[in-house]
Amino acid sequence: MNDEARMTNVEGMTNDETASNAGSPSSFVIRHSSFGRGRFLEALTFWIFRLATYLILAAATYIFLDIGIKGGRTVFTRTAPFINVAFLSQAPQTLYVFDFAGKKMTLGDREFRDWKSVHPGVEVEATSVAYSAGGIWPCIVGTALLVIGSMALALGIGISSAIYLSEYSRNGPLIRLVRIAILNLAGVPSIVFGLFGFGLFVIFFGWNVSLIAGWFTLGLMVLPAIITASEESLRAVPQGLREGSLALGASKWQTIRKNVLPYALPGILTSSILGIARVAGETAPIMFTAAYAMKDEMPWQVARFTDFFFQGVMALPYHIYVVSSKIPQNEYTERVQYGSAFVFLFLVMLIALTSIVLRERSRSRLSW
Amino acid sequence: MVSVVEMPEKTSQITASGPEVRRGLIEIKQLDFAYGDHQVLHDVTLSIAPRAVTAFIGPSGCGKTTLLRCLNRMNDLIDGARITRGSVEIEGIDINAPGVDVVDLRRRVGMVFQKSNPFPKSIYDNVAYGLRIAGITKRTLIDEAVERSLRSAALWDEVKDRLHVSGYGISGGQQQRLCIARALAVEPEIILMDEPCSALDPIATAKVEELIRQLKQQYTIVIVTHNMQQAGRCSDHTAFFYLGRLIEFDGTAKIFSNPRQRQTEEYITGRFG
Repeated sequence: MNDEARMTNVEGMTNDETASNAGSPSSFVIRHSSFGRGRFLEALTFWIFRLATYLILAAATYIFLDIGIKGGRTVFTRTAPFINVAFLSQAPQTLYVFDFAGKKMTLGDREFRDWKSVHPGVEVEATSVAYSAGGIWPCIVGTALLVIGSMALALGIGISSAIYLSEYSRNGPLIRLVRIAILNLAGVPSIVFGLFGFGLFVIFFGWNVSLIAGWFTLGLMVLPAIITASEESLRAVPQGLREGSLALGASKWQTIRKNVLPYALPGILTSSILGIARVAGETAPIMFTAAYAMKDEMPWQVARFTDFFFQGVMALPYHIYVVSSKIPQNEYTERVQYGSAFVFLFLVMLIALTSIVLRERSRSRLSW
Repeated sequence: MVSVVEMPEKTSQITASGPEVRRGLIEIKQLDFAYGDHQVLHDVTLSIAPRAVTAFIGPSGCGKTTLLRCLNRMNDLIDGARITRGSVEIEGIDINAPGVDVVDLRRRVGMVFQKSNPFPKSIYDNVAYGLRIAGITKRTLIDEAVERSLRSAALWDEVKDRLHVSGYGISGGQQQRLCIARALAVEPEIILMDEPCSALDPIATAKVEELIRQLKQQYTIVIVTHNMQQAGRCSDHTAFFYLGRLIEFDGTAKIFSNPRQRQTEEYITGRFG
C-alpha cells in the first residue's frame, strides 16, 4: 500500500472500513528502513553536532591540564609544606642566571645580592630576567582590592537602579531609553571601558593611575550585568507577596525592604559573584587606569590614608599580560606565567564554587 | 497626611467624619472603570452595609474582582488601570481624593487574596508583619495581637505549638486562614475577600465560611465568589454582575429565591455563566 492510499484510508475509515480490511490484513504499515542518502545525511549531521560538543570537552581538558601541570610546578613543591609559600607571599623579583664553577645558577634579586656579598670580587656574566623570580603576592592583593571596591560600587548603584526599574518605574519612553542604554553598556568592549576610564577618571578628574579610577572603570563595566541579574531576581519574587504586604498598609518602600528585597537578595548576590569573576579577570579596563607592572610597596604602605585610594596596584591578569608579552621570553619566564595563571584560575573557580553553594542554600531556604 | 507609625492610637482622616456615619459603610457611586481603553465597569452604584457580608457574584470577567480591588485601591498597582467616572466613598470620604493616604486606607481595608500568599516567614512573623510595619515594636503587644488574630481566624489551636515554623509549612486551608489572621492583626474595619476558598477543599472551605459568619459581628466583609452556594450560605447581601454592569443587588435570600431580573435567575439556576 502506498502513502496516498494509506492517507485516504485513514480519512475514509468509517466509510470504507470493510473495503480496506478486505484489501490488506492490517492498515498499519511501517516502511522498511533503507540505507539511502537521507539516512547518511541524518547520521552525518548528528555526528557534526556530537563532535562540536566533544570539542568543548577537549578544549577545556587541554587548558586545565596545561595550566594545571605547568602552573602546578610553580605553585606546589615536592617537600613539605607542598605549597610554594614564597611564590604566594613574595613580591616579583628579577631573576639572575649565570654560570659559576661549572654550575648553572638561577637566583632571585635578593639571593643574588646575598650571593655576591658571600663571593666578593667574583665577576659573573649574569643574564637578568625581569619579574621571573619571587612571587605574586602584591598581584593577589591588588586584584582583591580592585574586586572589593568595584563590586561595592557596582552593587550599590546596580541594586538601587534595579529596584527603581522593576518596582517603581512605569514603562515610558525615558525608561525604554534607560533600558537601551543598559543593553548598550553591556555590549561595550572592555578596552573601550579602559579608554573611557583613562580619559575621564585618570586624566579629567586627575586621579592618575589609581585604585579609585580602577574601581569606577570596573564598576561601570559590570553594572549592566548586575542590573540585569538584580531585576531578574526581583521579578522572581511573586507579585502576591507585594500585594499581601501593601494590603496590610505597608508603604511601597516598606514592602520592598521587608518583603521583596530579602527574598531577591540571595539571587542578586549569587549572580553578582559571577560578576566578581569578570571584574577579577578583565585586563583591558585596568591597563590604563589602575594597574602597575611593578610596585615595591604593598598597598597599605602609604604615607597618608587618602593616598591609599590614589595609588596604582599590581593585579593578576595584568601581571600575566606583562610577564607574557612585555619581557623577552625564554625558558625562565614560563614559571611565573603559568604559576600566576594557575593561582588566578584557582581563585576564579573558588568564586564560582561559592556562588553555586550560596545559590543551592538560598534555594532550599526560600520556596513559594 | 497622617503618618502610619502611630497607628493604634490615632483616628485617621477616614474615620474623622461625624458619628452619624456608620463605621465600615461603603458607597460606590456611578463607577466607571477601565484598563487602558478597555472599560470593565459601567455605571456601578452600590451601597455596602456595615457589619454584614456582601457577596459579589457573576461569571468570569464580569468585573467583580476589579470592583473589589477598587475598594482598597489595589488597582493603583496596575499600569493604565483607572476610574473614569464616579466615586468610591468609605464612611463619607472619597478614597480616590488627592489627599487620601492610600497606605492608611489599605490598613483599614484589609484584603485576603484568591491564592493564599503567606510570606516566606514564620507563622508568628506573618501575623506580626502588619504590626511591625505600623511601627509597633513592643513584644508583649505583638504577642497579644498575634494570639488574638489567630484565635479570631480559628487557627490558634492548630498552630499554637509551632508559631515559629514557616507559613508554608501548614496546609492550604490553614494558609488561607493565616492570611485572614494576618489581615485581622492590623484591626481593619473592612475585609475584602477575593475568592478566598477557590483553592480549598470542602472541609477547609467550610471552616473559612464559618469564620466569615463569625467575623461579620465586628467587620464589614465583601467577598467575591464563583461559588453560588457559598454566597448563599454566608452572605447577607448579594450583588450580581454581568459584563461589567450591576444587574441586581438585594438581600441574599431574595436574590436566590425570587430574583427580579431574568439574567440573575438564569445565572443562579445555572443556565449560563
